[in-house]
Amino acid sequence: MEKIQVEICLGTTCFVMGSSHLQELIEIIPKRYNDKVEVSGKPCLGLCSQDCEYSQAPYVKVNDDVVSQATVEKVLKVIEGKIRNNEK
Amino acid sequence: MRNNNSQAVHLKKQILIKIIEAFFSDNYEKNTRLIPYQMRPKGSDVPYRCCIYKERAILKDRAIAELGFSIEEHDETVLLSEYAKKALEREKPEKNPLTVLDAACKGCVPSRIYVTDLCQGCVARPCQNVCKFGAISIVNGKSVIDGSKCKNCKQCMQVCPYNAIVKITVPCEDACPVGAIAKGENGRAKIDFDACISCGKCVSACPFGAVHEKSQLIDILKHMKNGEKVIALIAPSIVGQFPGNIYQLKSAIKKIGFYDVYEVAQGADVTTKKEACEFQERMEKNESFMTTSCCAGYNQLIKKHLNDIKPFVSNTLTPMAYIGQIVKQKEPNAKLVFISPCVAKRVEVAEDPNVDYLMNFEELGALFVACKIEILNCEEERFAFESSKQGRGFGVTTGVASAVRDASKNNDSINLTCINGLNRDTIKQLKKWAKDGKCNEGNLVEVMCCEGGCVGGNATINSVKIASKAINEFKTKSIDINDIEICQESN
Ligand code: SF4
Ligand code: SF4
Ligand code: FES
Repeated sequence: MEKIQVEICLGTTCFVMGSSHLQELIEIIPKRYNDKVEVSGKPCLGLCSQDCEYSQAPYVKVNDDVVSQATVEKVLKVIEGKIRNNEK
Repeated sequence: MRNNNSQAVHLKKQILIKIIEAFFSDNYEKNTRLIPYQMRPKGSDVPYRCCIYKERAILKDRAIAELGFSIEEHDETVLLSEYAKKALEREKPEKNPLTVLDAACKGCVPSRIYVTDLCQGCVARPCQNVCKFGAISIVNGKSVIDGSKCKNCKQCMQVCPYNAIVKITVPCEDACPVGAIAKGENGRAKIDFDACISCGKCVSACPFGAVHEKSQLIDILKHMKNGEKVIALIAPSIVGQFPGNIYQLKSAIKKIGFYDVYEVAQGADVTTKKEACEFQERMEKNESFMTTSCCAGYNQLIKKHLNDIKPFVSNTLTPMAYIGQIVKQKEPNAKLVFISPCVAKRVEVAEDPNVDYLMNFEELGALFVACKIEILNCEEERFAFESSKQGRGFGVTTGVASAVRDASKNNDSINLTCINGLNRDTIKQLKKWAKDGKCNEGNLVEVMCCEGGCVGGNATINSVKIASKAINEFKTKSIDINDIEICQESN
């Protein structure tokens, strides 16, 4: 089965708007999901530069889905959804 | 509880970014006026309040605070563009560093004792019997408290077998360690600035984001725009607050328009060495204990509430004061800006002869976003003076006291103890030490107003845990305080 890829944007805009706190996920995810999920911090994903899009930052990508105004809880929920889908 | 990652904080940052964008645009005043309309355009969702007009009114209030004015004195007929203009014209920032947004604050109910739905309307009615003030009556079979008679004694809470009665607390009142903020009759919180120690705990605690720092951003940007030299002094706690390393951060800050950047850790090295000497002298004189003196919140606590401890407080100046002296001597015409994790330093800056302004981490972050500076792509640029690992550790709890111990010749006789965050209990503890004239817990007492140290300041961007880790990593790459010469012998 393909691993789920989680990319946390640690570009300046996302970091300032809250992804600093999402670094927590880099510890939580491997502990919780072992090798089902791979998590990494990434430089600017290029989502913040469109018109005013900093208002929706921070961004996290879970596979190809973009999570905006991401929080630890929101990202975990998206991951859970994907895992359930994969198991079906 | 402290939360620097809430929706309210997110909103504050968005407005800061918008104000900066407006400042650099071709029509600063007009674009500032339009901020609430841009953020809540006609027909848009109303995520938080009753209607779009209320939302816009609150956004306007936030913008006024971020332009550096008090909402308390705000006249509703004055347009935001007018405030934008006044911010540009003012010679000096306003005095009190905080302001409470009344429209935002009114949503929160005053503190009181309240009977919840859990009330079973029981036959025994212990609450009614125990109440000495006759405040409880039974309406439709359930207990109801008459607020005009209730004296908040909590007796009814204790006797209810269903735990149906609760005390509704006001978050800011609850968080304030010195009772300086209270929700008044008019339903809005008011800060008593004679008692307030600017600890910023109410800022972090208010779930409505109703307590704001009054920003000096416009004042600072104005000097830059006029082509004056503006120099940034970055607090040690900045490590971990932004992406990239501190050397990239230095060049990123210069890209904004700062002329140069100094580590306040360099001043912390001076503080450390002097405080170590002072400690030895005091111990030789058989004094029982000494407390550190670098925390601005603690210094205001001493001044306003804890005079008795003064004889035990170190006379050494703060890292900011020393770096201010050093840089002002080199660059007498420059404007110095302290880049800060907290609001308490605003008061220290206002009193400091060398440092002119304060910009907090949130405001610096907003500047990076508005100026589209990608720190991870910035070049590394070293400091002319590389600070010690001890100086660089000042922003984390125990950092200051252990620096002083490391720099002391005779460090076996030093016994550290730390006040990690001021609250009602730790203030009581300090009072006791002052009264007794001794402290059994140790002879070198570090006092930090914020839990976790400066990394727990109200204007920080990261969590205490992640930021402390980043600082500790940075420390391992830095030299020991005993291996550097402090050339600057300032007083
Ligand atoms: S916590 Fe304090 S400042 Fe915030 S809304 Fe309630 S009364 Fe107002
Ligand atoms: S800043 Fe601190 S001392 Fe001042 S009102 Fe707020 S909580 Fe109280
Ligand atoms: S910084 Fe996250 S998308 Fe640009």
